[in-house]
Amino acid sequence: MKVTLFVTCLVDMFETNVGKATVELLERLGCEIDFPTAQVCCGQPSYNSGYVEHTKSAIKKMIETFEHAEVVVTPSGSCATMFHEYPQILNDEPGWSARARLLAEKTYELTDFIVNVLKVENVGAKLNGEAAYHPSCHMTRLLGIKDAPFTLLSNVEGLEMRPLPYAYNCCGFGGTFSVKMGNISEQMVDEKVDAAVSTKASILVASDGGCIMNIAGRMQRRHIPVKVMHIAEVLNAH
Amino acid sequence: MSIKISDGQFKDKVKENLQDDFMRGAVSSAQDRLRFRRLETAEELGNWEEWRSHGEEIRKHVLENLDYYLQELSENVQKLGGHVHFAQTAEDANRYIEDVVKKKEAKKIVKSKSMVTEEIGLNAVLEKAGCEVIETDLGEYILQLDEHDPPSHIVAPALHKNKEQIRKVFAEKINYTKSNDPTELARHARETLRSEFLTADIGITGCNFAIAESGSISLVTNEGNARLATTVPKTQITVMGMERIVPTFEEFEVLVSLLTRSAVGQKLTSYVTVLSGPRREGDADGPEEFHLVIVDNGRSKILGTEFQSVLQCIRCAACINVCPVYRHIGGHSYNSIYPGPIGAVLTPLLGGYDDFKELPYASTLCGACTEACPVKIPLHELLHKHRQVIVEKEGKAPISEGLMMKAFGIGAASNPLYTTGTKLATKVMKPFMKDKEFISKGPGPLKEWTAIREFPTLKNERFRDWYKNREGGDKK
Repeated sequence: MKVTLFVTCLVDMFETNVGKATVELLERLGCEIDFPTAQVCCGQPSYNSGYVEHTKSAIKKMIETFEHAEVVVTPSGSCATMFHEYPQILNDEPGWSARARLLAEKTYELTDFIVNVLKVENVGAKLNGEAAYHPSCHMTRLLGIKDAPFTLLSNVEGLEMRPLPYAYNCCGFGGTFSVKMGNISEQMVDEKVDAAVSTKASILVASDGGCIMNIAGRMQRRHIPVKVMHIAEVLNAH
Repeated sequence: MSIKISDGQFKDKVKENLQDDFMRGAVSSAQDRLRFRRLETAEELGNWEEWRSHGEEIRKHVLENLDYYLQELSENVQKLGGHVHFAQTAEDANRYIEDVVKKKEAKKIVKSKSMVTEEIGLNAVLEKAGCEVIETDLGEYILQLDEHDPPSHIVAPALHKNKEQIRKVFAEKINYTKSNDPTELARHARETLRSEFLTADIGITGCNFAIAESGSISLVTNEGNARLATTVPKTQITVMGMERIVPTFEEFEVLVSLLTRSAVGQKLTSYVTVLSGPRREGDADGPEEFHLVIVDNGRSKILGTEFQSVLQCIRCAACINVCPVYRHIGGHSYNSIYPGPIGAVLTPLLGGYDDFKELPYASTLCGACTEACPVKIPLHELLHKHRQVIVEKEGKAPISEGLMMKAFGIGAASNPLYTTGTKLATKVMKPFMKDKEFISKGPGPLKEWTAIREFPTLKNERFRDWYKNREGGDKK
């Protein structure tokens, strides 16, 4: 299957390894990767801050960039959710809204795509260690993808999954929230870090670059030796 | 008190409350307990999602036909011999109630829990008029005794206080001499309040739902205080927000089922009281006179706007009980009697953006509130709508942020700009990379980020560079 990759701006700039892992993983599963270089950002930073009008041109740019795709896959629950919100954001412009709907319908978060489109539950990954999984808010609540990551992780050879206490609480990232309300964000991420530490797992897995930057950044500051990995990296380990 | 609880600024309040370890411990353990109980009772009821949809449908229907149901309700209350006053503003509501109090020459007033009377600042008005006003809901009573400490939660107003703090207040104010055992504390409050009920001239209550078809009001409580407040005094005044109506008892049953489970994780509270008008001939108890005060106070301005769904709220506080921001900053930080996600949506609408423009940003838009709401108010979407209004209509966003976001919008819409921008950024950031892995002290907006966490360094080779350089990778 030909898969058009939306790698997300965070991965493009900061988490190159996640992008590489996603490409290699999908190729191993028999997909042909298409990466349109015209892609930029899904628009969440300005959209979520309330700059809706200013975000529309970026959104339209993304719709054009991915229009040719058969399916769009992205290693981010949050950015996939944003694609799914495009039709409603462009509601006042019926032409664009219809084009946005076509894009939303063919856009999948990575684990959802593997489990529900490719119908693969075991990707043949091997990784020794104990891990906890942080379910990101947009992916679980807004996109409704709850089981796919666990299904895939439970089939990784050598990996022991441990339940993360208070998994349902947000990690405190929230885009600009993390800098606008830094002191609240700090308390939220600390609670997440403490929960991860309490599992005594050596790896914390997540599916969103934003959460990972936040949690890993706080762990590094607190000198906590838990490795924070994107699920694509875990599934690509073999 | 009115909707605003003090003159403090949001940022200062947050700072202060984040230091309050006791409050934070109390809030997080209450959240955990209430979340678990809510999910358990919802599960037990079965088909919870269908119940939610049904609840939403009822609330939407009422809001769309509010004029009709208000008319039906007031006609039916009057048929029962009750008086109805429609108050457009807080002042109007307070004036009417003060008039009733004066006419009755009332000296002592007992109140059962009511958020709308907090919203309009009724107690202060009545006290100024020379009345003794006694809150009889245990939580509200504790706060009143403690120099009118404001509520920090809409269902459990004294959530932020522990039993030792309560013991001290009781010892100081109502001659309490025993331990901090909650049973003993409650017994003492009960005994003290009993004599107040028996000597009160007027009972004032809130209203969970008014039932239009019968002209009834309903009160959902666990303490029984609302029953005493509505049976002993000769006059009853019930104050309700104008949107708190159900058409018939059929819808009432659905909403009460949703309310008690969502609020306190109970199948039913100890008391669900439905009262219809004043005492009739042959009735053993009940007030001789009944007044229903229906308060607008900014609600009708919300009707017909993109914020209308906030009026679906049944004040269960489920959103507050799951909010990860409320969990840490507590209710008082919001500086509104309506805290948490519902408060952050409702308060700027009722109290204005000038005083409350930070509240819509006190959220990560994680959606926990929307998921918990029993009548499906899209709370996180409404918080986002507020941000849009603040930025695009009110022009109240910081100028620097505006410039940054505009630049972002232009950059993100143009691939050449984005590509050069991200490449340039690597160069600009070089001096801040103390080692190769992360940045500990960033410039500009990164300063806030690196105040508490490390920031990843921009990679020399972006993903797109890797992909392009990869053998056979660039197929475009």
